[in-house]
Amino acid sequence: MQYLVSVIDDKSNPGSTDREPAIRAFNERLIAGGHWVFAGGLADTDAATVVDNRGEQAVFSDGPFVESKEYLAGLWVWEAPDLDVALKLATEASKACDRKIEVRPFR
Amino acid sequence: MSDVEEAVTRVHHAEWARVVAALTRRFGDLDIAEEAAAEAFATAVERWPADGVPANPAAWLTTTANRKAIDRIRRESKRQDKHRQALLVYDADPPEPLGAIDDDRLRLIFTCCHPALAPQTRVALTLRLVAGLTVAEIARAFLVPENTLGQRITRAKAKIKAARIPYRAPSAEDLPARVSGVLAVLFLVFNEGYLATGADTDPVRHDLTAEAIRLTRLIRGLLPADGEVAGLLALMLLTEARRSARVSAGGELVTLAEQDRGAWDTDLIAEGHRLVRERLATGEAPGRYQILAAINAVHTSARDVRETDWSQVVALYDRLVRLDPSPIVALNRAIAVGELDGPDVALAAVDRLGGALAGYHAYHATRADLLRRVGRGEEARSAYDSAIALAGNTAETAYLTRRRDQLGQRTGGTDEFGRRTGSTPA
Repeated sequence: MQYLVSVIDDKSNPGSTDREPAIRAFNERLIAGGHWVFAGGLADTDAATVVDNRGEQAVFSDGPFVESKEYLAGLWVWEAPDLDVALKLATEASKACDRKIEVRPFR
Repeated sequence: MSDVEEAVTRVHHAEWARVVAALTRRFGDLDIAEEAAAEAFATAVERWPADGVPANPAAWLTTTANRKAIDRIRRESKRQDKHRQALLVYDADPPEPLGAIDDDRLRLIFTCCHPALAPQTRVALTLRLVAGLTVAEIARAFLVPENTLGQRITRAKAKIKAARIPYRAPSAEDLPARVSGVLAVLFLVFNEGYLATGADTDPVRHDLTAEAIRLTRLIRGLLPADGEVAGLLALMLLTEARRSARVSAGGELVTLAEQDRGAWDTDLIAEGHRLVRERLATGEAPGRYQILAAINAVHTSARDVRETDWSQVVALYDRLVRLDPSPIVALNRAIAVGELDGPDVALAAVDRLGGALAGYHAYHATRADLLRRVGRGEEARSAYDSAIALAGNTAETAYLTRRRDQLGQRTGGTDEFGRRTGSTPA
């Protein structure tokens, strides 16, 4: 079972910026436990571009699809047998990142 | 009720959770388990009057429910692969503290009270899948429209499936937190029954208090060594024992001090006291429910309110404050202090809680009573007004209204029988 694990930051109350070593150590534990599938940190939402080609012509717009205080700062994909395992890992992840974590199953 | 109807009700109480739990384990799907169990009971209602109650009703129901579940899976054979993918994760090797009591019902309870579900949802799922109440009954109990509640349960089952909330008792390390989550659900059900909210409901919903006690007994049977489970059961029994004395014939709340103690249920009190003594004998540090149970044991040990050992009550609240420094606990402690050291001391303590509890009816009701007892009638009146505006229980509103309306008639702290009146929790 795979889970999308989103790291959520808050523009008005950002998490600390010195989390690299903790996250690296946590990633190593994920790999050792066989949970790691993918991980990536994201550039600021200002760097996003939205493309809408549902109409006749593709429309490009600058910025994220929704402006909000809270935004996706990074993500993981984990392999875990069930939600209890994923939530336990997410509890560690939240400490390591100093940010909120959303756990959502893939279909 | 006919003998057969009685038998069906009795078997429903005793076996519903077991049937749902066994089916969930076998088919890995709460939806199928719930529906098949409901169909099996419906078949029993239909057949037993003519065929007679089977020798082993539980086995009959499980066999019938299994057959219903297989029928449904066959009917939906196209979707079967999907079902198989979404099977609940079932762990055949339970973690060691539960080894001796490997009961499917425990798995079911922990799944229904999973922390990834919203608290209201946990209550609804537990009442449906473990207690076997119908969606209509639960909707009525919590004053929500039936289809809202039905959707809540459907969404929860879908989340359990999609997110893979496992059908498993938690590990030793997680057990205390998860058990306390289950107890919180049961306490919520009990309290909603004990102090029902809503203008058109009965002030005490015996169906809910009885259901909460039944479920807590079930958990107690499954986790007999857990102190907080015993504590919560004792707390519920000692509270339920006072139920019939707690609301007057006129539908008004009767405070603990004014209750007819002869109307208390002595069997429930004896059982509650036995549990409290059992916990004391272990010498283990008590948790929140055990302390609350002990406080209620002190109250129910006094044959007359004047015999209440208030210093013992205050000492227990002191312990509780150390575990749970919430303003609500502080408020209840202040009420006990009022009985020990007088209303002035209590009022000073209560006034300090105004910031945190301004929206809580019991804060205003307590203040109103203390202000009345120290002779500050006008302030008492406005505190009663605030309490009445916030109270949701019909019996409590009636009591507070009478108290307020009597303010002008007499001052001081005695009632019509010359007893000192208190605002101790009923």
